Amino acid sequence: MSAATVVPIREKAAPFDVEKVRKDFPILRTKVHGHPLVYLDNAATSQKPQAVIDALVRYYEGENANIHRGVHYLSQLATEEFEKARKTVQRFVNATEPSEIVFTRGTTEAINLVAQTYGRANVGAGDEVLITAMEHHSNIVPWQLLCEEKGAKLRVAPINDAGELLLSEFEKLLGPKTKIVGAAHVSNALGTINPLKKMIAMAHARGVPVLVDGAQAVPHIAVDVQALDADFYTFSGHKMYGPTGIGVLYGKMALLEAMPPYQGGGDMISSVTFEKTTYNKVPHKFEAGTPDMAGVAGLKAAIEYMESIGIEKIAAHEHDLLEYATDAVAGLEGVRLIGTAAEKASVLSFLLEDVHPHDIGTILDQEGIAVRTGHHCAQPVMDRFGIPATVRASFAVYNTKAEVDALVRGIRKVREVFA
Amino acid sequence: MPELRDLYQEVILEHSKAPRNYKVPAAANQRAEGYNPLCGDRFTVYVEMDGDKIREIGFQGAGCAISKASASMMTQSVKGKTKAEAEKIFEQFHELVTGHAHGDPAELGKLAVFSGVSEFPVRVKCATLAWHTLEAALEGKQEKVSTE
Repeated sequence: MSAATVVPIREKAAPFDVEKVRKDFPILRTKVHGHPLVYLDNAATSQKPQAVIDALVRYYEGENANIHRGVHYLSQLATEEFEKARKTVQRFVNATEPSEIVFTRGTTEAINLVAQTYGRANVGAGDEVLITAMEHHSNIVPWQLLCEEKGAKLRVAPINDAGELLLSEFEKLLGPKTKIVGAAHVSNALGTINPLKKMIAMAHARGVPVLVDGAQAVPHIAVDVQALDADFYTFSGHKMYGPTGIGVLYGKMALLEAMPPYQGGGDMISSVTFEKTTYNKVPHKFEAGTPDMAGVAGLKAAIEYMESIGIEKIAAHEHDLLEYATDAVAGLEGVRLIGTAAEKASVLSFLLEDVHPHDIGTILDQEGIAVRTGHHCAQPVMDRFGIPATVRASFAVYNTKAEVDALVRGIRKVREVFA
Repeated sequence: MPELRDLYQEVILEHSKAPRNYKVPAAANQRAEGYNPLCGDRFTVYVEMDGDKIREIGFQGAGCAISKASASMMTQSVKGKTKAEAEKIFEQFHELVTGHAHGDPAELGKLAVFSGVSEFPVRVKCATLAWHTLEAALEGKQEKVSTE
């Protein structure tokens, strides 16, 4: 058969059906103050599909035993499932090999791990760590702790009024003293998608590695760590339909191998005597103690769930919703959007005249609408805009335009109360 | 079901829009700063003490409607009172907003409009921030008060 005659047969993709997706999430049947729950606090944590809940139950009902230890049946089964999940995560973010995937408690622990191992080994007095002005506290404080300990300096690349990184300023701040860059893929408070590829290329041109906080990206866009050329990429299970307490650090193998261990304990060693301990190989070197095996099973189920819908379809649906919501909310009298970057994902942050976000949150809650109000663990972002807080609606695969309409009605109600 | 109007009473909305004693009294001799990191509310309460008596009181800062109205009405209710009297009012107010009032709410006078807060437990901190700050100011403490 000649190549010219080969016609790719593409199955017509099933259209995205949000009502079908909603049925997968038992909690969405909840009534709040007599109204159907409208859950728009997904950037804080997403809800879990039945498949993930089932995976947790299945783990405890049929697989529970400690991994990497026993010769008995259950221990072998648990170990196998655990390492299978590592492969699933590898495929999900397109890491080169499964060993580049380190399980952590979440994004926060993953960033702390890098700051305390790579950071302590490579950042010294007078050196600099570069982050951006839109970081979550979890990508600020671990670096501050490191800088304080080492006498190093934390530098911050500024953002514009739309909430976009000033790329030229970022480049200028990359100097001979810069030892590592920490940057969000997607801002949790503003929704901005950072031009990571360009940022990483700029840093690499100066020999500086980059850690990416991907907590807000992984649930919404397909992530390819090799295409990004990220040195470290971190994310949490609970924001991507998985369980709480489980997260991931991806690191390039050469970097992980050169890094000292993080915590000491079981599983992270090859041999221990009172005189000398030899550490286990990557990734186990960074996984001291019995890990969250049920969490790992749940994370695997969450990835499989997302893949069963299709990351592209999830992204397209959320993009539609965000555009619809942006138009509808921005069109309301007295609304000021915070975070109007050209490239955004999932997040709509706003203010309503001089009504405090906390008051808006209470009134929306009475309508069954869950939004986040506050500084979103990004106080420097609030300071940048000269505001104490915002109202943040953030979307997931199961949200609908009808729910956006409910939000709009809720905001009108706030105006009535405060008229 | 808690009712919004119980929380956002007209008097509360009115005080939040036009807070009373929103000033720094010229002769203030004690002050304290209060902060609720959860929502970013931040107030400074200033008092001019004449011996044991609150001769003048004012506040500055920003916060939600509940916290601002509470600060405003607090200044009205404690002006001219002694330290002990002000603390007694706070105690009663605290019982009211946490749903543990056992006296006659009318004793609190205008402050009784805050009774609806007890239906909204997450908002108790908003209603009590200024009071905690006043307490610190009366103690002559200089450190920041936090409701977290």
